[in-house]
Amino acid sequence: MPSKIPGASTNENPSAGERHFRAGTPPNTSRLLTYVALLVCAAVVVVSWLTLLEVRAALSATSQGAGTIANVLLAASALVAILIMYPAVQGLRTTQQARRALSAGDLIAARVAMAESRTWSWTTLGYSTAQVLIVLAILFLIANDLAVSRTFFMLPLIFSSFGLVLKAFWINVYIFMVAEAIILVWGLVVAIAQLAPGAAGKPIRLIAKAYVDVFRGLPAIITIYLIGFGIPLTGLPILKDLSQQSFVILALTLSSGAYVAEIYRAGIMGIHWSQTSAARSLGLSYMQTLRFVVIPQGVRQIIPPLLNSFIGLQKDTALVNVVGAVDAFNQAMIIASNHYNLSAVTTVAILFVIITIPQARFVERLAQRDRRRLRGAEA
Amino acid sequence: MLNGSHSEIDGACGALRHKRRLVALIELCNVKKHFGDQPVLNAVNLQVEEHQVVCLIGPSGSGKSTLLRCINGLEKIDAGEIRIHGNRVSGPGVDVDALRRDVGIVFQSYNLFPHMTVLQNVTLAPLRVLHQERAEAEEKAMQLLKRIGLEHKAKEYPDRLSGGQQQRVAIARALAMDPMVMLLDEITSALDPELVSEVLNIVRELARDGMTMLLATHEMGFAREVAGKVCFLCDGGVHEEGTPEQIFGEPKNERTRAFLRRIVEAGRL
Repeated sequence: MPSKIPGASTNENPSAGERHFRAGTPPNTSRLLTYVALLVCAAVVVVSWLTLLEVRAALSATSQGAGTIANVLLAASALVAILIMYPAVQGLRTTQQARRALSAGDLIAARVAMAESRTWSWTTLGYSTAQVLIVLAILFLIANDLAVSRTFFMLPLIFSSFGLVLKAFWINVYIFMVAEAIILVWGLVVAIAQLAPGAAGKPIRLIAKAYVDVFRGLPAIITIYLIGFGIPLTGLPILKDLSQQSFVILALTLSSGAYVAEIYRAGIMGIHWSQTSAARSLGLSYMQTLRFVVIPQGVRQIIPPLLNSFIGLQKDTALVNVVGAVDAFNQAMIIASNHYNLSAVTTVAILFVIITIPQARFVERLAQRDRRRLRGAEA
Repeated sequence: MLNGSHSEIDGACGALRHKRRLVALIELCNVKKHFGDQPVLNAVNLQVEEHQVVCLIGPSGSGKSTLLRCINGLEKIDAGEIRIHGNRVSGPGVDVDALRRDVGIVFQSYNLFPHMTVLQNVTLAPLRVLHQERAEAEEKAMQLLKRIGLEHKAKEYPDRLSGGQQQRVAIARALAMDPMVMLLDEITSALDPELVSEVLNIVRELARDGMTMLLATHEMGFAREVAGKVCFLCDGGVHEEGTPEQIFGEPKNERTRAFLRRIVEAGRL
């Protein structure tokens, strides 16, 4: 047991006039929080177990019944559900420890134990809350005799339709890949047009601005509809013979290109004018300055918003069904109406989410590598 | 080389000089410039002779930087004329890109291109403006980098260099165009005190090699040492000019005296 801390005992007053540091008053060793945490987590464990029993009952009612694998998984879940008892018990243990330390007169040890106890109790409450939310989600899925699960997550239908949906998803991938490649160039052209200098550039600037204003304001679905149905109706040579996918790509390029042009413009304008001064002072022309100095730096700044815009575009490819193109969403809707079940649409939803995640990570890594190279973070 | 023709009217600059030898390298006649309502240059007259080092001194906001930027065509002047070897280089009909090929400028904040290595910074203009062969441009760039003692940094990016090193690279970048004259705009003002000398040493060397230079500076000791002529710029006009001995030793103009007194009080002279 460590010796008493100076000033720990409040009665031993040193001679008046001299200031002494006091380690403070004894900690509050109230067990309320500990008990609340214990009670809450016990209740959550009970509810979790009851829910798992419900799940087992619901599974037995289905045609396949609850197989061995399902039973093992359920048993494992039941064990996992008890894990939140651990911090609760630790909380109780440390509270007792604090009380013992206090009665032994060791203020510091008591305070340390109490702090630990509080952390354990709050951890218990945090995990309990998360577990309650998960249990609620499970209850939602098994509610009404598994109605929710069956509507959205009917595994047999997901498996049997997966090939069809994936093949149709290729249309979405094709559309957004081609559109993104075109937009990267088109957006830059529009941005440069918007920044065309001087009196000579004014009409160009105005037209570029008008284009951006119109297509940024126009809902993508309307652009797709107008171009997809309108251009074949006009009977214009060459244009009218393009494939439906080309119309969609054109429409998406026009609408998404307006956003990307604004992103490029922000990137270009974000480069300090002193860089332009330096380039021009070396004899580089306006276009050379843009090409070698301003745009390479501007593009580095805009990669995150550009990715955002591209993810938006990828999601917008689901709109092509308005002109009847059979993309993943349209295919899934066909399957949904045939089977009176939405599980195939869930597949599409998951596919869209899955393709965006690696892109985000890839771009983050790219930006990081570039920063390291330029800033020299290897130290 | 330089576009523009001999000006018909020589204006305030007085006598028409017939022989090329007698023509100043840079000549400013009654140059006026204002930003909005704010006059920045108010009828400035200034000559820089060949192989001469001219220092512009004066309080902040006196128009030193603007004057240099005007000579390089980075700012348009509102009235007057700027001539190089007697050719008008201000106003309409001037090929500013050609002008800038022969007039190098170095900025206070270095303005290196952060996305390019040191070597790429130095070779960009020779490659793209002078259309030199890459091997030739890089060889010359390496010679310049060697001269400023940074050949081992050729593959580094600017952000990994110290301020002094960056400014030396900026000087090399300007020199790579083989300019007839260098404009140096307070090139040591953004540097930590211990880095100033490494940059000034290069300028000193350039002066010794006969480079014509016009520099705006707050380094009075340095101005006194290298300048052939010192001009005191204040409120957009040259109030006094002369040899360093005259300006620093016995300034005649009251404003010059007041300015130098403040410099001395600050312990900078």
